[in-house]
Amino acid sequence: MPRIVSITLQNTDDARPIIAAITEDNPGLVIHSYPGIVKIDREGSLTVKRSSVEERLGRDWDPQEIHLSIVSMAGNLDEEDDYFNLSWA
Amino acid sequence: MSIDIKTIKVEQRRNTFGHIARRLGGDKPASRYEEGTFDIQATANFHYKPLWDVDHWQYDEGRTQIRLKDWYVLRDPRQYYYANYTIARAAQSQANERAFDFVEKRNQLALLSPAWRETVSFYLLPLRHVEWGANMNCGNMCDRGYGTAVTAPCLFSAADHLAMAQILGRIGLALDGNTGTSLDAAKARWMEAGEWQDLRRLVEDSLVIEDWYEQMVAQNLCFDGLLYPLVYKLFDAEGQAHGATGLSMLTEFMSEWFAEHSRWVDSVIKITAAESGENKDLINGWLSKWSAAAAAALRPLAVRVLGNQKGAAAIDTVVADLKKRALTLGLTA
Repeated sequence: MPRIVSITLQNTDDARPIIAAITEDNPGLVIHSYPGIVKIDREGSLTVKRSSVEERLGRDWDPQEIHLSIVSMAGNLDEEDDYFNLSWA
Repeated sequence: MSIDIKTIKVEQRRNTFGHIARRLGGDKPASRYEEGTFDIQATANFHYKPLWDVDHWQYDEGRTQIRLKDWYVLRDPRQYYYANYTIARAAQSQANERAFDFVEKRNQLALLSPAWRETVSFYLLPLRHVEWGANMNCGNMCDRGYGTAVTAPCLFSAADHLAMAQILGRIGLALDGNTGTSLDAAKARWMEAGEWQDLRRLVEDSLVIEDWYEQMVAQNLCFDGLLYPLVYKLFDAEGQAHGATGLSMLTEFMSEWFAEHSRWVDSVIKITAAESGENKDLINGWLSKWSAAAAAALRPLAVRVLGNQKGAAAIDTVVADLKKRALTLGLTA
């Protein structure tokens, strides 16, 4: 049975480029907008790419900076220099 | 008793200003950069043409031969607006301050060999007058340019050049024990030393360029593109053998700044050249004119610092690098 991974981010200036990058890079997302937060669900896995966020942000971005915006997440985390990946694999 | 906490989602009527939404193609949350940049400059309903330029309006696309359908395509890849620009520079200024403390505490400038100390006073300190010229040029581009997307970063650059002139001034004071004599000597060299006169003429010629976009190509692409790699990379590398490590820490801001500044310049020129053949031809013409002039003006200085052979080779290296860079921008160089 496919399982849903999920990430919830604050809906702020800092997080919006990350949300935009996730939306662009991961087809088949389900996005829930709640007051002040955005919950993003996807079957199987979800990746935040460093390069996509940097492109939107216009500066160097360390994937660890995502922790300043995360409210909650579900899935096993694989955190690298170039991406931040959630999956149930 | 159980308490059921509910949240009510209030949909805001609009996410951003109308003129920003039209730019973004829909009402979406906009970044501070977008809201602080798009369509900020006035475009219509000017009452009188300014006395200082009776042929143009206060803001007028006709002050350059370059034509763009929409000047707001020249976005800054760094996305600088007032707040994040000043925050970024404040952090760099603090790092620079610490470098000065570090170098002064350990008296690292005393490690410079006497001959190289003299060379440094010769090539580095008069550059504060070049920085002042660059400050004037960038201020002029901001003044005569069109569209906040390109004029705001021009003013940021102008401030950066002033900051670098101040850093050079402080290095002078650190070298001469806070007497200021090294800066007076640097001014005299700028005005009189043979090796500096071509560069001084070049800076003075660039101050009176009529077309602000030509000034952009001359200053930001040609002068900066040759001067910074030459002085802060090649001269600096030569200095390592003469005890100039401490000095490198003091000029680190310039290397950092040049890399960041180039990202913006490259993006502006690439987008402009890609819009039409006429734009590309104009930029190519300005590039070959001003890069040749700048290379020729820097040559005597390079020869004085590095010697005949090495100096000529250094100029060839920075010119070749600028050509490579121009090719990536879609220019013919």
